[in-house]
Amino acid sequence: MANLNDHMGRPIVAVTGIGVVTSLGVGKADNWAALTSGKSGIHPITRFPIDQLNTRISGMVDFLPSSSKGASPLTYELAELAGFEAVTEAGLDSSNFGGPLFLASPPVELDWAERFSLYNSDKDKDDTAAERLLRVARSLKELDIFETTQFGSIADRLADRLGTRGLPITLSTACASGATAIQLGVEAIRRGECDRALSIGADGSATAEALIRFSLLSALSTHNDIPEKASKPFSRDRDGFVLAEGSGALVLESLEAALARGATILGVLGGCGEKADDFHRTRSKPDASPAIAAVRAALADAGLSEDEIDYVNAHGTSTPENDKMEHLALSTVFGERIGSMPVSSNKSMIGHTLSAAGAVEAAFSLMTMRESVIPPTINYDNPDPAIVLDVVPNKKRNAEVRTVLSNSFGFGGQNTCLVMAREPV
Amino acid sequence: MSSPRDVVITGIGLVSSLGEGPDAHWQKLAQPGLQPVLEAARFAPYTVHPLPEIDWNLQIAKRGDQRQMETWQRLGTYAAGLALDDAGIKGNDELCATMDMVVAAGGGERDEAVDAAILAASESRNDRDVLLNEKLTTELRPTLFLAQLSNLLAGNISIVHKVTGSSRTFMGEEGAGVAAVETAAARIRSGQSTHILVGGAFQTEHSDMLLGYELAGYLHRGPWKPVWQRQGTEGGGVVTGSGGAFLVLEQREHATDRGRKIYAELGPVVSGRARRPRGELDAEIAALLKQVASPNGKLLALSGASGAHTATSAEKAALDANPAIAARGFSTLTGHMKEAQFPFAVALAALAVDRKAAYPVFDAAAETPFEGVPAAVLATAIGYHQFEGMALVNAA
Repeated sequence: MANLNDHMGRPIVAVTGIGVVTSLGVGKADNWAALTSGKSGIHPITRFPIDQLNTRISGMVDFLPSSSKGASPLTYELAELAGFEAVTEAGLDSSNFGGPLFLASPPVELDWAERFSLYNSDKDKDDTAAERLLRVARSLKELDIFETTQFGSIADRLADRLGTRGLPITLSTACASGATAIQLGVEAIRRGECDRALSIGADGSATAEALIRFSLLSALSTHNDIPEKASKPFSRDRDGFVLAEGSGALVLESLEAALARGATILGVLGGCGEKADDFHRTRSKPDASPAIAAVRAALADAGLSEDEIDYVNAHGTSTPENDKMEHLALSTVFGERIGSMPVSSNKSMIGHTLSAAGAVEAAFSLMTMRESVIPPTINYDNPDPAIVLDVVPNKKRNAEVRTVLSNSFGFGGQNTCLVMAREPV
Repeated sequence: MSSPRDVVITGIGLVSSLGEGPDAHWQKLAQPGLQPVLEAARFAPYTVHPLPEIDWNLQIAKRGDQRQMETWQRLGTYAAGLALDDAGIKGNDELCATMDMVVAAGGGERDEAVDAAILAASESRNDRDVLLNEKLTTELRPTLFLAQLSNLLAGNISIVHKVTGSSRTFMGEEGAGVAAVETAAARIRSGQSTHILVGGAFQTEHSDMLLGYELAGYLHRGPWKPVWQRQGTEGGGVVTGSGGAFLVLEQREHATDRGRKIYAELGPVVSGRARRPRGELDAEIAALLKQVASPNGKLLALSGASGAHTATSAEKAALDANPAIAARGFSTLTGHMKEAQFPFAVALAALAVDRKAAYPVFDAAAETPFEGVPAAVLATAIGYHQFEGMALVNAA
């Protein structure tokens, strides 16, 4: 009889379904094949004109029916695809999931295409732009445009589609959002509120305006010439992240409920840790203390010591600052061992999927353990001498991985770390 | 029976057109026949309840911090500071560093001038995507993005007030406020947290914030009316207001150990997602009501009703169906504050419990007097478009 409770007497939380979509493709199989062969999904931007833009590459998901329809429709489609794959893999009814939904998704705004079309649909009056938009808005007969501006609407539609229970929670902790969605699911199961939860991170918000906003903050790589080489975490010549889209979904289930229904256990969500940073809106505290605290909190929550982590799925954005700070945090927590511990960044291949990243990378972390293969950090041709890590350079590595730490750090002082295990301990 | 793991309210931070702070709100709202503060000209044909005069320096000491925010984030950071002050937590490094935070947020303000210039230019150009790149790359203020990001209200609270235990932002209109309070309470009850800052803010005095309602025709037009009296009038029934509400929720034992005043105990918090197109709203409201409130005698209810015709008439019918309930539609006096609506309702409920007195009617034509001391007060937020929630607030 397996132990059903963890070191703190809480229900162990198992993963019974995984779904993922990135620029590398739809579904786990395609993504895993590409990821382990070191293939990049970064490509030139074709969704909108690149005139005037310093960054002309991205990891956008350009192959879905909603890819050209705006941020809300694409984010919904990404979330639905990943959610459906996860629930189906779990062997549950994909129209009647029966547990709560936690959705990490980007903040929504009225799309420019809609703004232009509303504004130009009624040119005759002598009024301000704001007045005109409001006047046209109130005569609309359909709710489609309205719903793209409601922060709860994507989750509401997902709840209808997948039959989740209760009020769905939509959240944003910036680039840590996907990890927070998982943490909320874990906490709900531990509190005994539910036997299962669906946590999804989805982001289809790579619009021109989003790209320009990040670009104005000097956050993006401008290595446009060879797109697949632009994201180079931990390299000396890294110059920013590559904006990307994607989604990841996990079906979380109490181990007891999963075993009782004979579900396949894909892994265990052992611990979650978080710590807010009060230093700056976009920069981390120079001593990395909040990231360090988040890693330590996740380890403590999982009941594991530093030497029980086999692999780190890094946040590894390829920005000068993140990778430096993350290295400092990891070397502080893991000490000398960090030099010989595999630490790789999926973002070298898929770019930074923002609100989805924590969920996408949790999905890949679980697959890493199941497949005993560590995806590489590609584009590692010019190591940063200040960052001494075994980044699993350029080629996948076969390795037994029993436990993974997955890091997510974001603007606004967000730091969330997850500890996952292959087997219930 | 009180328990050490009860969730209690030890801090309240409020801002609305009526003023700031729990005392100012109580004093205003306890006046029979109080008239709302209205701004009918600036956004005509829409009326809004505007922000009062605020000295941001009182809660956001650094000018540099103020400059990094637009009004929405300043308002939320300010209201959060009021709550922390009220709970005796502000400036206490240890309590702030271990304090969790759940913020209910929408988005921040766009640059209206840049948007208007782009729209004006779009009248004479067909290459609108190129136009966008030209204008946005040259005219957007780089840091404005941070003032727009939903999670940067929480981020600013961390920076300004040093709340750093954890930081989570929920999105989704009134439902975000409901889920924030519900999740915070559940974490305290289960021992996952000892003290949490929870709340939200809404800054309606920006055309995009009105547009968020009006794309579905939700806003009331024409002469202002109390929230219960907008059925059949021009427009969709919602009158918005700028404001913010933050609560410090605390484990009872944690609060008593540090000798804090307790306003009230936060009882059950419930939420729902009626599939409204299928006609489930009436049954959902009734079911939520049944879960939280089984009143012995009269029950005061602080209703967050928005005025939106369908949702408000459904809520009114459900409340009226129980003659023991005396409802107070506070949107009559504050306007609808979206993500902040539910935390505001809970705060007003806690104040009534603490002051051992009910609010007078906010609308004599639609509300009934409440005599005596309210031992428990209901708080509701039935979303103007989606999501529903309620809580029962009990005497400390």
